[in-house]
Amino acid sequence: MGLLAKLRPTKRRLVQGVAALAGLLLGGTVAATVWAQQLVADLSSHLIAITTGFTGTEVVLFGTTDGAGDVAIVVTGPRAPATVRRKERVAGMWMNTDSLRFDQVPSFYTVAVSRPLDQLVGRPVLERHQLGLPQLQLPADATLPPEQLAAYRSALIRNKQRQGLYAISMGQVAFLGERLFRTNIYFPANVPTGLYNVEALLIRDGDVVSAQTTPLVVSKIGFSAEVSDFARNRPVTYGVAAVIGAIAAGWAAGAAFRRV
Amino acid sequence: MQVYLPIAEMSVNALLVLGMGWLVGFLSGMFGVGGGFLMTPLLIFIGVPPAIAVGTQANQLVAASVSGVLAHWRRGNVDVKLGVVMLGGGVVGTAVGVWIFGILQRLGQIDIAITLSYVFFLGTIGGMMLVESSRAILRRRAPTARRGKLHRHIWLHGLPFKMRFQRSKLYISALLPAGIGAVGGMLVAIMGIGGGFLLVPAMIYLLNMPAGLVAGTSLFQIIFTTAAATLLQAATNQTVDAMLALLLLIGGVVGAQFGTKAGSRLRGENARLALATIVVAVALKLAFDLFSRPDDLFTLTMGVR
Repeated sequence: MGLLAKLRPTKRRLVQGVAALAGLLLGGTVAATVWAQQLVADLSSHLIAITTGFTGTEVVLFGTTDGAGDVAIVVTGPRAPATVRRKERVAGMWMNTDSLRFDQVPSFYTVAVSRPLDQLVGRPVLERHQLGLPQLQLPADATLPPEQLAAYRSALIRNKQRQGLYAISMGQVAFLGERLFRTNIYFPANVPTGLYNVEALLIRDGDVVSAQTTPLVVSKIGFSAEVSDFARNRPVTYGVAAVIGAIAAGWAAGAAFRRV
Repeated sequence: MQVYLPIAEMSVNALLVLGMGWLVGFLSGMFGVGGGFLMTPLLIFIGVPPAIAVGTQANQLVAASVSGVLAHWRRGNVDVKLGVVMLGGGVVGTAVGVWIFGILQRLGQIDIAITLSYVFFLGTIGGMMLVESSRAILRRRAPTARRGKLHRHIWLHGLPFKMRFQRSKLYISALLPAGIGAVGGMLVAIMGIGGGFLLVPAMIYLLNMPAGLVAGTSLFQIIFTTAAATLLQAATNQTVDAMLALLLLIGGVVGAQFGTKAGSRLRGENARLALATIVVAVALKLAFDLFSRPDDLFTLTMGVR
């Protein structure tokens, strides 16, 4: 909640019953703005802690609008380069022959909407906000004929979907009444760490009229964080420790079972 | 019970990994091999990235070979001098192997290189063992076998730099054990295995070493090559998952105790036939995967490489 207070300047005046409910959910720390924002949204948690027992988690996004409209939520993970490799039959064996590198590939991407997008907005708007997998911008490192580029692009998305990191279908934003909405965002056990962007868009009359971005941190915590920090920051010491630990464990095992 | 692996960045069922460690430990106790050749494909099968499977397996093998060598050491079944000469070659082989691993990883050919080396080495060694052990079993049934010579001399024994190994009662070129060690070291780095299944026959058939000393001496040098591989993999590729190694180790140590007992009730040639069958089966499975069309012709690698 401390993070939340820093992120958005809290204002005094409460806006009617809906905002009171949102305030209740947030423990009473957040209020709406003076000029009555068109869209207010927040997450049930701003930190996903990957502990030793982590098996994936769900975060609730909830919020309110100032009137009728539709809402779309876009969750994007930290961007990193990625390489897609294509296999071909060589002397009877399937081996990697060609590859294409993409810069700035989101490690995670999912969209939730209150109504199917094609009923709400036109293609230019979808592209501007990178709404939906077909509109996701994935710049490639090399220039290829369009059909080849499309094959690599769809392979990237397909592989990400198989890993559970890109959603196969769009999530559902549910409205409670006309103004209050919520959706569940699921993060699998293999969710990449880093800073995520959760964008809430308010759509009216075929256009996005208001948007709000909320950060979400996915981070290893506790023992697993210490191990991975150690391995990354001091790799040689980590290697030495791993060897010494293994020798000690092997010695202990050999001694323990000596009499058996 | 799910456990999160901090380096592999995935969640696995702890009981499944312990069980895998137990099974491989059981087989290694029964047949006197490291079992890495089974563990690496198993880890890849449950979704651990191949590079992390190889690096972690090297770490786990350090512990397995230390506990194995202790038992042989107490019975005086380790030829330290020969082991050190093999180790000299082994460290060079490991360094070359890690270097080749890096190049293949950049070229995107590491997966096929791992699979091809598995098919080649497991197929060859397993096939040879299969033939040899079936012959031994047939010979036992038809007891007309004639006694062979104690030592056979081939061109390999004419190499320079001759050294005397009192413990093994050998007078051979130092290049021979060093060369065997170098091949073993490369296997540790590229395939994530101790290489016992290759070293043991090589030491028996190429060096004509006394059979009693072979297992202890090969384990002795495997400790050092796997330790060097762990260090190099952790420092250069950051592919050693201590959590995963710990789970495999616990399962493996317990399994090995049961395996040793089960193995003592098996006749030597029957045990070799059983091991050869498993080795050949793994090789055939990997070869089949290599030649059958994959579900998706495209693969994705995140990160800089």
